[in-house]
Amino acid sequence: MMMLAGVFRRPTKTSVLRELILKEIDDLVIGSLGITAFISFFMGAVVALQTALNLDNPLIPKTLIAFATRQSIILEFAPTFISVIMAGKVGSYITSSIGTMRVTEQIDALEVMGINSLNYLIYPKIIALLFYPFLIAIIMFVGIFGGFMASVYGNLVSLEEFVTGLQDTFIPYHVVYAFIKTMVFGMLLATIPSYHGYYMKGGALEVGKASTTSFVWTCVAIIIANFILTKLLLAA
Amino acid sequence: MIEINALRKSFNGEEILKGIDATFQKGKTNMIIGASGSGKSVWLKNMLGLFEPDSGEIIYAGERLNDMNIERKSDLRKEMGMLFQHSALFDSMTIEENVMFPLRMFSKIKLAERRERANEILERVNLVNLNHKMPSEISGGQQKRVALARAVANNPNYLFCDEPNSGLDPKTATVIDQLIQEITHERNITTVIISHDMNSVMEIGETIVFLKDGHIAWEGTNQEIFKTDNEAVTDFVYSSDLFKKVRIAQNEGF
Repeated sequence: MMMLAGVFRRPTKTSVLRELILKEIDDLVIGSLGITAFISFFMGAVVALQTALNLDNPLIPKTLIAFATRQSIILEFAPTFISVIMAGKVGSYITSSIGTMRVTEQIDALEVMGINSLNYLIYPKIIALLFYPFLIAIIMFVGIFGGFMASVYGNLVSLEEFVTGLQDTFIPYHVVYAFIKTMVFGMLLATIPSYHGYYMKGGALEVGKASTTSFVWTCVAIIIANFILTKLLLAA
Repeated sequence: MIEINALRKSFNGEEILKGIDATFQKGKTNMIIGASGSGKSVWLKNMLGLFEPDSGEIIYAGERLNDMNIERKSDLRKEMGMLFQHSALFDSMTIEENVMFPLRMFSKIKLAERRERANEILERVNLVNLNHKMPSEISGGQQKRVALARAVANNPNYLFCDEPNSGLDPKTATVIDQLIQEITHERNITTVIISHDMNSVMEIGETIVFLKDGHIAWEGTNQEIFKTDNEAVTDFVYSSDLFKKVRIAQNEGF
């Protein structure tokens, strides 16, 4: 909380901030698209395959394959599982880059120049990760597309059955729920690793330790937040 | 001018600075010397406002640092330049971007002018054709010179240097020392240098404060330090074989 208060105090020059935010969007969001899309495609495919392989009752329609793929990707896989992966990829990057700046006195250099280092370093990351839902929207699409490829081109289900299953009892609020979760996870991804990097003490070894600690705590926070949000938004 | 009155600072119950009084003159290279662990860096960080003193006062041109709010402190820091022991260059920026950084943050001048200013300063510290290199691609001595260029880019009134020539070969160390002194005189700024390098002391120490165990044990100039009988100072100065031999030679009348 103290850190967040510092982040929003004494803002950096607007033109500099704008450039920093664009750089962070590129590094944190766009730079994560490749690996998350790759994972998502194959996870979607595996979900479809697993569902198909476990459907041995002829009374259960094959449209369930697309339905299960859609629900699992939208509700949990894209927002939660990808966020845990992002805690490893983006979280470690944030902690180690800020931690290295701390160890090499670059943060002191910013402070001595009269720059609010919290605002300069962390605010652009928070704003960049407000764009995280856009990444997750693409991931949802790619995951479902992976399920489509595996089930339709794997001859598990026809194209018509897949499309029917995809549209079956679709509740738009589930997408809203997923995006609300994504926004919260984006905040956790920006702030917890930044905290561990900014307030770390020691040398290069401690930078590595701080990265690991930040990954663990970000994952824990995401999992707990996931439970609380699901309880509040779906189960209430 | 910077005045320090009765400055005290402790960490975990251990008193590091035990009531420091000193004055650093404008237009001079003021040196703080002392052995490792004597409290030099803690003193410097108090002066920079990175540490809050337990008691005592730090006065910049008549204004108490202790009384300044965070905004005023921030404004004062815009008048400061700092050369860090390990340079602290921003490793995500090129050499030119590092030097332009303070200008970009605190002035409204256009990119072309900023670039021109950066080039002038880089030339002043004898660095040319390195503008587009990254800090990791240049030597330690060159990094120090870039850090010095960045420190003075915004025409500061106060220049602080934390062991500016540690880890450098004697020739490069001398170049850095001379640059600091020349810039101090040219721009008539208050320069405070922390060092335990006696070559630097001889070279550029116009006023010297010797710190021992959190106390000021001696004050003087580079002319006086080799003549003093202060035991703490002589222990420190003549801990080097070279200076021991110089003293013996002096005593024998060479």
